[in-house]
Amino acid sequence: MIRTDNLTRNFTVRIKRGRFRREKRTVEAVAGVSLDIGAGEMVGYIGPNGAGKSTTLKMLTGVLTPSSGEARVCGLRPVPERTKLALRIGVVFGQRSQLWWDLPLHESFALLRHIYRVPAGEHAARLRRCRELLDLDDFLDTPVRQLSLGQRMRGELTAALLHGPRVLFLDEPTIGLDVVSKQAVRSFLAELGASGDVTLVLTTHDLADIERLCERLVVIDHGRVVHDGTIEALHARYGSRRSLVADLSSPLPEGFELPGATLVGVEADRHRVTFALDGVTAGAAVAQLVAAVPIRDLSVVEPDIEDVVARLYTT
Amino acid sequence: MAGKDASVLTISPDGPLRGSITTFGALAGSGFRRYTTYRQATIAGTFTNVVFGYLRCYVLLAVAASTLGNRPAGYDTEQLATYVWLGQGLLSVVMLWGWSELAERIRTGDVASDLLRPVPPLVAYLAADLGRSAHAMLTRFVAPVVVGALCFPLRVPTRWQTVPLFLVSVLLAVVVSFGCRYLVNATAYWLHDARGPIMMWVLGAGVLGGLYFPLRLLPDWLAITLWLGTPMPSILQTPLDVAAERDGPDLQLALVALQAGWAVALLALAAAVQRRAERRLVVQGG
Repeated sequence: MIRTDNLTRNFTVRIKRGRFRREKRTVEAVAGVSLDIGAGEMVGYIGPNGAGKSTTLKMLTGVLTPSSGEARVCGLRPVPERTKLALRIGVVFGQRSQLWWDLPLHESFALLRHIYRVPAGEHAARLRRCRELLDLDDFLDTPVRQLSLGQRMRGELTAALLHGPRVLFLDEPTIGLDVVSKQAVRSFLAELGASGDVTLVLTTHDLADIERLCERLVVIDHGRVVHDGTIEALHARYGSRRSLVADLSSPLPEGFELPGATLVGVEADRHRVTFALDGVTAGAAVAQLVAAVPIRDLSVVEPDIEDVVARLYTT
Repeated sequence: MAGKDASVLTISPDGPLRGSITTFGALAGSGFRRYTTYRQATIAGTFTNVVFGYLRCYVLLAVAASTLGNRPAGYDTEQLATYVWLGQGLLSVVMLWGWSELAERIRTGDVASDLLRPVPPLVAYLAADLGRSAHAMLTRFVAPVVVGALCFPLRVPTRWQTVPLFLVSVLLAVVVSFGCRYLVNATAYWLHDARGPIMMWVLGAGVLGGLYFPLRLLPDWLAITLWLGTPMPSILQTPLDVAAERDGPDLQLALVALQAGWAVALLALAAAVQRRAERRLVVQGG
């Protein structure tokens, strides 16, 4: 559905070097990104600020001409065939609006039906579904300029889907949203992805979005892909481990060792300990620990994707 | 999200021409609708146009009174009053000033949303502008003309073709004005900030469009050069001269034909500029 081969985009920036002197410098925003995303996949595309995420998305949607390399989306070349491609993709930029500022939401939707030339029946069916899932009814008659950010984002998602796109590009769709709105957007996208009809490419800084929605994760840094695979593969690659945190009734004996686990934290006068589980299962580790020391409470903590990604960004 | 019926891409079964006309009409309707939401601004703008109409009309009639034969540049007093009051009405129909929407969207990067639609931005903006001008014609044109007709002797057309020709001329004037405004705004693709070109446009369009004084007051060679060499007189002076029947039927028709030529040329130029701009566009703001 999406294929890029060595996709590159350079920008020229001018740096002040004196009163009248400016030095030209070429910045490689995207440096040879090659991706192959199949139909129905849900892909998280993440990276630190300035990594090239949005630039890649702009090239894939046809609004930015690549400096070199090839891209195909739905079998089309994004820039030369942009208007054809527009019928097949939906795009949500979290920081921009595709709705008409002065018009009520329902009029924006009606206008989009004509712009995309969607038959009335299909349009009504899709709108009905979005109204149900995103709770749009309360503000359908409100001009877009008066909507809250969360309401507008739900409107943006609907606007991007009313023409039945095969690919949905989402550039930070949950930016600035409160917890409830974020959950509404995530649930909606999860249901959309589960149908398998739409290929979804999501860029975000909120890794909870990725964990909830995407099986495949592409990490980009300084314009280059540094990881392309599942979240589990990322954890495996960076040695992320589950942890066992235990509150003990008596202090952990000095020199205590738990086979297959490493003691990584000791607190509260050796009454609270954390073991990283290297090869042993949580059950076996708990059994060994209980046999040695009485336990008041314990929990098994999954590896934190934020830590992994932070390590990835800084390496 | 939706079932199969809603997820499969389908294009309207209408023919491509009919579909295009429907889309264009819907976009024009949105332009009309957008302006209906600003009722107080419409009333305030109309009131201002009427006040300035009185001012301009009395100044020009005073000039006429002091001119030999009371016919400055070939206009009688009725034609001069028609020039002023229809001009005050048309000012907002052709939107001589105050359009920087495209430049602003280029500056902020929001133009990306325009490019992500299956309709070329030039067509979408033209349709919306025609809708806007239709709204202005029904609101901001009517009030000054009614006030002018009640308070001053306006020219009543003596030829049957004047009214339809005037309406065609207004339509073409809107397209010519739109073409100019689009090009001025499009400089933001290169400059990022089009305030300078827009200020130049505001100054130039008022003087050379025939708002401040009838261009026929200029020497013939200069007036002809302006008409043929620039699109400005086609924006305001031509429809006003058509309505005032300043010229004979042949010249009246020729001026409208010239307008049509400028409309086509400006749209073609704007399309070429847009194509070129898209190749070098860097969407601002992440």
